[in-house]
Amino acid sequence: MQDMNPSDIQGEYRETTLDLYNGTQRKVLVTDMETPYPEGKLIVSRTDTEGRITHCNRSFVDMSGYEEAEIIGQPHALLRHPDMPAAAFEDLWNTVKAGRKWHGYVKNLRKDGGYYWVYATVIPNVRNGQVVGYTSVRRKPSRQKVEEAIQTYASMS
Amino acid sequence: MPYQFTVSPDFGPDQLAGWHIFNTWLQRQLGTDIHFETHDAFDEQRQSISEDQIDIIYANPFDASFLVREKGFVAVASPHNPDETTIAVHADNPVTEVEALQPGCRIAQTDDPDISMMGMILLEPANLDRDNTEALIQDSYIQVAKALIQEKADVGFFLTEAYERLSNLVKSQLKPLVNSDIQVVSHTLLLGPALAERKDELAGKLQAMSDDVQGQQLLDSLGFRSWNPMDEEEMEFMIDLIEALAA
Ligand SMILES: Cc1cc2nc3c(=O)[nH]c(=O)nc-3n(C[C@H](O)[C@H](O)[C@H](O)COP(=O)(O)O)c2cc1C
Repeated sequence: MQDMNPSDIQGEYRETTLDLYNGTQRKVLVTDMETPYPEGKLIVSRTDTEGRITHCNRSFVDMSGYEEAEIIGQPHALLRHPDMPAAAFEDLWNTVKAGRKWHGYVKNLRKDGGYYWVYATVIPNVRNGQVVGYTSVRRKPSRQKVEEAIQTYASMS
Repeated sequence: MPYQFTVSPDFGPDQLAGWHIFNTWLQRQLGTDIHFETHDAFDEQRQSISEDQIDIIYANPFDASFLVREKGFVAVASPHNPDETTIAVHADNPVTEVEALQPGCRIAQTDDPDISMMGMILLEPANLDRDNTEALIQDSYIQVAKALIQEKADVGFFLTEAYERLSNLVKSQLKPLVNSDIQVVSHTLLLGPALAERKDELAGKLQAMSDDVQGQQLLDSLGFRSWNPMDEEEMEFMIDLIEALAA
């Protein structure tokens, strides 16, 4: 995946390198700017079985800061924030690969270096008994749950 | 035996008149006898579906999963208006955002399952759930409004369309806190296994309904602009979405 581009970043940033699950690395540029969750909306995306994004809705595009064309075909790790522990995503993948529903609080990274928190659900898409992909639906988290997640994730990484 | 047609029990008597006319239209289009059967409650309707007594249904999105994945129904079309949820309080309530609502609050709602589910999701940012709130089930959205105005309830869940249809006098005594903006969840017309092979034919006829004056009048009486044919994958996607949302 492409490294982040300093010219896309809004304001002061720090630079970190993420170790992705597939063995590759990505240089990410991170700021402290939080984008509030859009009222009343759901952020929805779907992937193929390999985890590449096949569909995303308007809210997904708007919140990520990318153009739709920059998103389709990419893995969701495009949004991976360095404050998220790898173990959270390991649990996500183990759960959905076992055919079950996963829930969790996720801090996502925007193209501009800022972030947004979501409460996410991921489910396998079953058609005629076969898993053909995965769907994630995110909704607005409570502030209290986000504070708890910040504590938990800080102690995990 | 005539086929059986039914609609989601979330419609009031004024809208049922339109569905009666729709049934006449259906019989003419499909060239077969169809009996229009109404149910007073969702549980009762689900019972009829389980017993394979329904052949055509205009269904609540919450029931779509059961109909498609367990009972072999196929989606034909949906109207252009998605189901959205409005959360409202009494106009004099000092609360201006969902986050300010407190545990113990009383929620007036109907038994409409998709609106109850979305309503509870919209209250999650305030850390409210079924365990720390009290549900007050009402017979109609007018009754939900009344419960708020009479201060028998603190919060009300409305189908946005029903909220908008309330009289100005009623609305002036209420204050909406948030509207959902989901766009892809809607009621759907489905055919059961006995009629499933006529899906494409019926979808075409529904789509053409807005082309003539009579069809347009019928759409008006149902409160729709037009019908949108729905393919299998669109329906499966809506079901996945609802399954992801149902805790
Ligand atoms: C349907 C679906 C949606 C996902 N959404 C996100 C997301 O919004 N943000 C994110 O960081 N990871 C998301 N993930 C997890 C990523 O696939 C990935 O595991 C994670 O970003 C960590 O990257 P890594 O596995 O390469 O280490 C999602 C996974 C699936 C299956």
